Amino acid sequence: MSILQVKGLSKHYPIQAGFLRREIGRVRAADDVNFSIARGETLALVGESGCGKTTVARCILRAQQPTAGSILFSPEEGQSIDLAPLSRRALRPLRRHIQLIFQDPYASLNPRMMVGDIIAEPLLIAGVPLKERQARVLELLDLVGLPMAARTRFPHAFSGGQRQRIGIARALALQPKLIVADEPVSALDVSVQAQIINLLLDLQDRLGLSMLFVAHDLGVVRHVSDRVAVMYVGRIVEVAPTTALYATPKHPYTQALLAAVPKADPALRDAIFAPAGEVADPAKPPPGCAFHPRCPFVIDRCRVERPELTELPSGHLSACHRARELTLTGVP
Amino acid sequence: MSTALADDSLAQAGQLRLTWLRFKRHKLAFVSLFIVALFYLVAIFADGLAINDPHATDAKRSYIPPQGIHLFDEDGFNPHVSGLTGKRDMKTFKLAYVPDPARKLKVVLFAHGYSYNLFGLIPTDIHLIGLETPQPVDGIFLLGTDQLGRDLFSRMMVATRISLSIGLVSVGLSLVLGILLGGMSGLYGGWIDTAIQRVIEVIRSIPTIPLWMGIAAALPNTWSVTQVYFAITLIISFIGWTELARVVRGRFLALREEDFVIAAEMLGASQLRIMLRHMLPSFTSHVIAAVSLALPAMIISETSLSFLGLGLRPPAISWGILLQDAQNVQVLAGAPWLLCAAIPVVLVILAFNFLGDGLRDAADPYG
Amino acid sequence: MADRPLLSVRELAVEFRADTGTVRALDSVSLDLRPGRVLGVVGESGCGKSVTARAILRILDRNGAIVAGKILLDPGTTAEVDLTALNPESQAMRGVRGARVGLIFQEPMSALSMQYTVGNQLIEAIRAHNDPGKSVARQRAIELLRDAGIPRPETRVDAYPFQLSGGLRQRVGIALALAGDPDILIADEPTTALDVTTQAQILTLLRRLQRDKHIALMLITHDMGVIAQMADDMAVMYLGRVVEYAPVREVFHSPRHPYTRALLRSVPDLRATPRQRLATIGGAVPQPNARPSGCPFHPRCPEVILGRCDVAPPAPVPPGEAGASCFLLEDAV
Repeated sequence: MSILQVKGLSKHYPIQAGFLRREIGRVRAADDVNFSIARGETLALVGESGCGKTTVARCILRAQQPTAGSILFSPEEGQSIDLAPLSRRALRPLRRHIQLIFQDPYASLNPRMMVGDIIAEPLLIAGVPLKERQARVLELLDLVGLPMAARTRFPHAFSGGQRQRIGIARALALQPKLIVADEPVSALDVSVQAQIINLLLDLQDRLGLSMLFVAHDLGVVRHVSDRVAVMYVGRIVEVAPTTALYATPKHPYTQALLAAVPKADPALRDAIFAPAGEVADPAKPPPGCAFHPRCPFVIDRCRVERPELTELPSGHLSACHRARELTLTGVP
Repeated sequence: MSTALADDSLAQAGQLRLTWLRFKRHKLAFVSLFIVALFYLVAIFADGLAINDPHATDAKRSYIPPQGIHLFDEDGFNPHVSGLTGKRDMKTFKLAYVPDPARKLKVVLFAHGYSYNLFGLIPTDIHLIGLETPQPVDGIFLLGTDQLGRDLFSRMMVATRISLSIGLVSVGLSLVLGILLGGMSGLYGGWIDTAIQRVIEVIRSIPTIPLWMGIAAALPNTWSVTQVYFAITLIISFIGWTELARVVRGRFLALREEDFVIAAEMLGASQLRIMLRHMLPSFTSHVIAAVSLALPAMIISETSLSFLGLGLRPPAISWGILLQDAQNVQVLAGAPWLLCAAIPVVLVILAFNFLGDGLRDAADPYG
Repeated sequence: MADRPLLSVRELAVEFRADTGTVRALDSVSLDLRPGRVLGVVGESGCGKSVTARAILRILDRNGAIVAGKILLDPGTTAEVDLTALNPESQAMRGVRGARVGLIFQEPMSALSMQYTVGNQLIEAIRAHNDPGKSVARQRAIELLRDAGIPRPETRVDAYPFQLSGGLRQRVGIALALAGDPDILIADEPTTALDVTTQAQILTLLRRLQRDKHIALMLITHDMGVIAQMADDMAVMYLGRVVEYAPVREVFHSPRHPYTRALLRSVPDLRATPRQRLATIGGAVPQPNARPSGCPFHPRCPEVILGRCDVAPPAPVPPGEAGASCFLLEDAV
């Protein structure tokens, strides 16, 4: 049984106008999102800004209240709790099982607390006694590759990469079952980014963590994830195991994304292919398939009928009417 | 693959020390801090610094110009002031008392003068400087006297106490109101926020001077100085809290979205813990800065109210009341020293503003 | 390297005054911008790539100053000017900005005013240098927008920047940089704030404009992919020094400097095997006020020669040549 199962998750923001705040429309930040994460698996949620990947992550963490859908979380085998309807208070004891790694290593640490206190805070909240807390903080610092002396220092003394390690140590303090990483390396320098990616991979191997990895960088995602879900304008358009998704994408948008990445190889010069047009506005997505105005393979059906996410013989899930007939190119 | 730490004493510096270090770099603010501290020392020891009884009137010594203390005479070190001698002006036939260098009155430190209570508790009559032997008419008039023969310097010392304390008390009241209402506004949001914000807007849209006039006119004439004093502080803070409430609400809203506050929530921290451990420490520095910027506004309010005759009334002594004496151009032409009362007002307002700026810059390293 | 450079930077050094003393942001930086060629400048945060651009345009922050070196416009010709000798506020320098050297910002919003329409700002920039009159300038503004790939430029010319998407804004930013018809263009992380599909569009556009107009483009980025796709030559910078300077294919196929080697290996690979670890460089980029002695990279260098790399810095890359600033290479010769 998977550790997390998201069913029909939607988050709509009303657009209000006038003195009486009448609702005149809705931003469908996330619309009928379905996926699951197996134990020990990393699922990457990728897409461009505004596609709803962060909204989905925040709904799972219940930093936001989803408009509809269920979030079935299973901390233990055979146990299943729907997080979506729970109140703040009811969520509190469950929080220790799902932890968040932030994008911005500067904003996510309280500048007024010493690193030792930051890492110990989850333990303190969980009621771990002082002696144990201190021992565990040292253990965690070692786990993320920081020296013991870091304990008595303030976050401002650390570089971006080191701060991200502190954030990871805090997230791991209560031995969570699921980690939600929201663009954890996108604010870091290339050389530091590599260190953090390796750290996350090592930690996952050692601790058997499950992870939802939200990112926009397809290169990073390739290294980190087991499966990838691609989002476009609030909806998932394709889900597949990483290797299969990169080699043989089954949705024209996935193909476009892969083609747009500048390859770090001058021999593949001029291999950037930019799709025409712009990302659709989630407040007024095009009818039918949201990608149809930019899609080179568009047919009349795409303009009127919204494709559902369906399983293909290859094991891919794709929301494209022509997924079976098209031969799309990925990364060789 | 442990990474090296910056081996810097700053690394272990707490937020308070960092703020202090940054604050010290702000030279003007640093100097202002001392000026403000000096003013509050004056306020605390006002009676001890005063030389003559600030309330004692004597027509004979009206409009005496500022008098210096002569430190030396022919015999060497002998601090003294000149005594006063009555002379008839042969043009106006008015009897005027003017300093007579021939009469030397010895000045000593820690002299005995009028009686007062130190800190309002300890009865004493020791003053920092004074005449060796108190005289009925003569005295040390460092900044001259007013029409009624009261020593301006002594009155300024005592006025400092009232003017600064009125500012402090008003800010204290404003702060309580501001944090409470601003905090509620920011924390709960929704209709509570809307209601409080509208009230603030209404209060801020009322023109202050007519409002003050109305309220001051409503104060019964029979009230004692103390009652008026508290009424004035209430009036001032009634307007003052709105600004602080906005600052507090703004910080609250901003902090609620901060990643580290969300992080605490994700750890399962209670609302109370998030408030006390994460939000409050991050905005105390802002509140301190806001307060140091609000204080001069309060002081100015009191001064202008009293200057217009709407605030404190004689026999109370405040900067505004001292300046009231300097309202008349004709009086000023004859006794320009009365304008000295404006100097501490300007000085303390400037100092507070620089201090507030410095604190605000120092308090927010990340913003 | 083909044509005569339009702009040569020679042994440029820039320092910033800070509370803790002076910080050297650039140290002996030399590079050449040639017509029709793209120079990619790559490096991590604090390497000085943006400072270089700002120094060339003489728009350093007030606490920064050029302390050594030359910035030669049209070197070797009779019109040669050393930009470091000009007053940043002088008429001559203002003539260089816009008319000779255009700048494209990372965040187009920082170049555009919210209060004026796109057309207003373009027309102002066109008329600033060689005023052709208002209506001609407007026509030219529309052409510039069309050149920048903006659909329906006749209507967009009257739009305000906030009415445009991020991608369109960057296109306007590019049009604005081209308004003075410069032959040198500096693009400072022009696609970092954009999504990958928009980035692809902007890069394609930049490439096309640069080729059509035979522009010398200096492209500053931290993204090795962008460099590989766009640049002809590249300069790798680390803590204010150019550590390697060579044609882009040479750098990618046989990097000379240990930092370049490590940096290239730490780039995530689209063709990686699942859960493949990346090569890393130990430690982090030092703070600019804590510059290591000797070669600035020596504390992180896997091939460090102790007693040598930490004593004095290796010689900078000779101007106008391909090479690296490293003792390993000096020894090999």
